[in-house]
Amino acid sequence: MSRESSARATPGHALKAPRVVSVPSARCMAPMNRDPLDLTAADPQSKPMTTHINKAPAYWSRAAIRPGIVAIGPMLPGTLAFGMAFGALCAQKNFSLAEVQLMMVFVYGGLSQFVAVQSWPDLLTPGSIATLALLTMTVNIRFALMTATLRPWFGSLPSWQAYPAMLFVTDGGWLAAMRYREHGGANAMFYLAGALVLYLLWAVAAIPGYLLAEQLTDPKKYGVDLVMPAFYAAMLVPAWKGPRRAIPWLVSGGVALAVHYLVPGWWFIIAGALSGAISAAFIDEPAPAGTTAA
Amino acid sequence: MTDWLRGDVMIAFAVMTAVTVASRLGGYWLMGYVNVTPRVRRMLDALPGSIIVAAALPVAVNGGLVVMFAIGAAMVVTIIRRNDFIAVMTGMVVAALARAAGFSG
Repeated sequence: MSRESSARATPGHALKAPRVVSVPSARCMAPMNRDPLDLTAADPQSKPMTTHINKAPAYWSRAAIRPGIVAIGPMLPGTLAFGMAFGALCAQKNFSLAEVQLMMVFVYGGLSQFVAVQSWPDLLTPGSIATLALLTMTVNIRFALMTATLRPWFGSLPSWQAYPAMLFVTDGGWLAAMRYREHGGANAMFYLAGALVLYLLWAVAAIPGYLLAEQLTDPKKYGVDLVMPAFYAAMLVPAWKGPRRAIPWLVSGGVALAVHYLVPGWWFIIAGALSGAISAAFIDEPAPAGTTAA
Repeated sequence: MTDWLRGDVMIAFAVMTAVTVASRLGGYWLMGYVNVTPRVRRMLDALPGSIIVAAALPVAVNGGLVVMFAIGAAMVVTIIRRNDFIAVMTGMVVAALARAAGFSG
């Protein structure tokens, strides 16, 4: 709230009752599946406050290692299955296991790896490598949006700590960390512990898949392709803060679908996500008295 | 094709890695130059949901009825139980069973 008041000091500002974020550590550390339903956020009376909870600056404490890992726990079986399916795909495409391991450890973008290997060119030329790079970029540029949202939280940490931490951003780890932050959490270890566990699992996940390639030729048979969408859906439900806050989702979904049908490739992710965020910029919170809608 | 590490493949991996690392670091870096006004704050708050919908909706629609039904089941489970693990398992099991039963998609 302090930053916001410097941006526009309005008479109405004083009317906002400051909501003290006294999140007891037991609550903000609680694993997500034991989180109480966030009823306060859905309460229309408290709506103007929901985005402006004053959040503590980041700090490191081992206390959040376990909760951070528990929070990404639901992702682990799916990550393993996804990695195995990827290993099996690479075996079919005649990559060596050593090559697969390098890709797992260095590229570390599950969806982009899948998309790239599926459309791997027969002959690698500067042109076809550039095509692969563009493909990877369109799939992974969403990571830029994710780390951007982490800046207000991690920005108070020294760069040498914050930047390496950003290298481990993935969808699941980021979503879990954002939910923790939304509830007032500030311990950066919550994010890093979960992110590192996801990374380590991903680093080994392709090996069994590569070796079992014949048994895994059709990952859809076991519903592996549902891992990410189902986790996304599970993350979307608690993010619901009433219809007003869901308008950007509608915009994002509409734009993503349109781009998906009109533009080949994977541009729809970034196009939809950006459109949703931009639409949110134009949706003003129910204005406190005296605030002019800008 | 059974070479241990092929040179051209390594170059392709290096380029993919560079692009991905640039994405991960670039967003954080650029945000350092952005003043977090209430408007920017709203954009950031809208991003998780927007990214989820943008990444999953076209895939779901493309996946056909089985995928949409499985995602719906995962959401219903989340609403009832608030347990991400059960939700993901539900999505996978529903899709696997539906396909085993002969539904395509």
